[in-house]
Amino acid sequence: MRHCSWPKSATRPKIERVPIYLDHAATSPMPAEVLDVYTAELARRANPSALHAVGQAARMRIEQAREDIADAVGAATSSEVIFTSGGTEADNFALKGLYLARNGGSFDAPARPRVLTSTIEHHAILDSVEWLETQGAEVVSLDVDAEGRLDLDAALAELRREPERTAVISIMAANNEIGTIQPIAEIGAAAKELGVPFHIDAVQALGQIPLDFAALGATAMTITAHKIGGPVGIGALLLDRAAAPAPILHGGGQERGVRSGTLDVAGAVAFAKAVELSTGDLEHRAAGFTALRDRLIDGIESTIDGARLSGRRGRGRLPANAHFTFTGCEGDSLLFGLDARGLATSTGSACSAGVSRPSHVLLACGMDEDTARSAQRFSLGHDTIEAEVDALLEVLPAVVDQARRAGMVSATPRWMQGAS
Amino acid sequence: MRILVAMSGGVDSSVAAARAVDAGHEVVGVHLALSRMPGTLRTGSRGCCTIEDSRDAHRVAGMLGIPFYVWDFSERFKEDIVDDFIAEYAAGRTPNPCMRCNERIKFAALLDRALALGFDAIATGHYAEVIRDSEGNPELHRGEDLAKDQSYVLGVLTGEQLEHCYFPIGATASKAEVRAEAAERGFSVANKPDSYDICFIPDGDTKAWLADKIPMRPGLIKDAEGEVLGQHDGAMTYTIGQRKGLGIQKPAADGKPRFVTGLDPASNTVTVGSRADLSVSHLTGIRTSWCGPVPADIGAEPGTAIDCEVQIRAHSDPVPARAWLGDFVAEAPEHEVSPIVDEVEVPAARPAGQLMHIDVDEELSGVAPGQTMVIYRGSRVLGQATIDRTAKDRLGV
Repeated sequence: MRHCSWPKSATRPKIERVPIYLDHAATSPMPAEVLDVYTAELARRANPSALHAVGQAARMRIEQAREDIADAVGAATSSEVIFTSGGTEADNFALKGLYLARNGGSFDAPARPRVLTSTIEHHAILDSVEWLETQGAEVVSLDVDAEGRLDLDAALAELRREPERTAVISIMAANNEIGTIQPIAEIGAAAKELGVPFHIDAVQALGQIPLDFAALGATAMTITAHKIGGPVGIGALLLDRAAAPAPILHGGGQERGVRSGTLDVAGAVAFAKAVELSTGDLEHRAAGFTALRDRLIDGIESTIDGARLSGRRGRGRLPANAHFTFTGCEGDSLLFGLDARGLATSTGSACSAGVSRPSHVLLACGMDEDTARSAQRFSLGHDTIEAEVDALLEVLPAVVDQARRAGMVSATPRWMQGAS
Repeated sequence: MRILVAMSGGVDSSVAAARAVDAGHEVVGVHLALSRMPGTLRTGSRGCCTIEDSRDAHRVAGMLGIPFYVWDFSERFKEDIVDDFIAEYAAGRTPNPCMRCNERIKFAALLDRALALGFDAIATGHYAEVIRDSEGNPELHRGEDLAKDQSYVLGVLTGEQLEHCYFPIGATASKAEVRAEAAERGFSVANKPDSYDICFIPDGDTKAWLADKIPMRPGLIKDAEGEVLGQHDGAMTYTIGQRKGLGIQKPAADGKPRFVTGLDPASNTVTVGSRADLSVSHLTGIRTSWCGPVPADIGAEPGTAIDCEVQIRAHSDPVPARAWLGDFVAEAPEHEVSPIVDEVEVPAARPAGQLMHIDVDEELSGVAPGQTMVIYRGSRVLGQATIDRTAKDRLGV
């Protein structure tokens, strides 16, 4: 047997980990108050559609949750809150359901084939729209500027072009990657005037900016619990009383007959609690986020060359979002360096294979692929404190230097240069 | 040491990662995303590159308690491996994409990134061994299990790269042992099938895949004397040494089977001949590289050749040979290039580097330009070059 060339280490090195979580836009951890009502409800669980007293009590609790959520987001009545499994389902339901409703319940020979949406929507919207296109929809993609804000004049012109042939327009309230807030009030007013159903994806905006469903002129609006400290697995589609989208899930006729399935009381109650905590004192909460966010942004801009803030500044940006590109760094390398130091961040939005690709949002803002690959998102939440932002600012320069040395994937590897 | 283990999601790299952890190193698992549009589930005998494979790797990393990341090398892979593969075929050559991947991705782009991010080395699940000599210089050797030995596809590594490479399962006596260890460790991948196919060709049908990428033009099949024997649908789908599926009606004069002996992209001609016509005794290679220092005794004349063995395919037998060096050339020797190449995206030309000349004692059969010749001395890999041309007779004496 040949000798083994595998060197041994005497002791296994231990990594000191101080977990600092700056990825609330992916999922925000559950505050104790939410956890308490959630677990208490799990212990009490009964089917709220059951006719006995225990079932009726459960029904009361879920209806209370529904009312609380309706009040918090400006729905006219609690009947406008349709619980779903989350944002993706609500987005799919809104687009497909409204498209079908506007076309007589059929994909054949649609009278209103047009679907308007922006280039920077979440994939739950973009991929639904792409699927509708395969079913005969005419998709109109609305452009954004370099800061990721919808070109409002162009969007309104498209909306006014053929409203009678338009099934639905869907625009997010704020972008999940770069945090740019969109002019949804203006779109809503025009859509209402023209009689075109307007869907808002408000998943990221909830708990950060005011949302008034009735005042926005929207037909439908998606919200979800886990971005604000509620459980994963429940969200809601706010749905105008007059709207009757085609059902996507058929069954027992729950939720106005458009979203069948046994109701998740524990999820709804916890969701309502999370909504209460995140919107109850929104102005104060948003001011706290904004102060931390601006500390983070100022800190990065004053210490790191080649760091460039994506999206808008000030009031045009979500209070809890900071997103940068770092010239010459792969986002993967930055994430690795930060994770190794106990800081959880994101290269953009997570995808199924865990692979970060140049973000469609950044490309839509006009960035080149290398710049788009150099992105890192820092998103704050209810438990983020100043010391955590400072800890990030302390380690980031070294992490960026290291990532810069590691270079871009597009560069020729050192071993291949000047091969002779 | 801080070790990055490239984890494909297969049994070999899983056990490699486990052994690195057991040896006491600080280990991080990285799965390379090489496809822009990865399939959801593994199919056939491809061993990586689907989301299922990535999840398998992630699961093993979780069991080992090591951090795990998926890094996107898909753009590089497309440019350096897939486009190169197509361009090489379009130019009438037969490339080895796994070697290209080792040369340009795993032990180049990935190693670069790993070292810059503070790792000391990378480890993979290859069946090969790095043995340090008395001065600590690394030598690349065949894996213990000769049936699984992968030293051939690692022949492109330089000494500098080898300094940062570990192959933790290379000294294992057999693959069965690796599988048993994986099962003992509770890895769900213990019984995952071996991979044989090229990872980026989903159903393993290389010819059909190429036909989709390279414009096919019908042309003539001729014998060495230029007599037209038939027609083909596109020269690129033929391989040197191919016997079946030539579609020649007219039997050979001697009644013996015919083989493809040459592909000429410029004239779009497939040449056929007898088995004897396939035999070669001299190989000229370009882009020579060495797994460590250049052998001290090798010269630039046939008379100063070194004795070695040459292997021309991943699993062919090595044959005794003599190797000597040729000139340094900036570009590969001129070839008539197929007009088809203009329609295929070809990566920028790479320098041909130093030429290597090989005479073999026993004739080799079915050698195609583009294949890699790896030279060994016993179990040790000395170096490699890409076969550029062959000759029937030896150049030396």
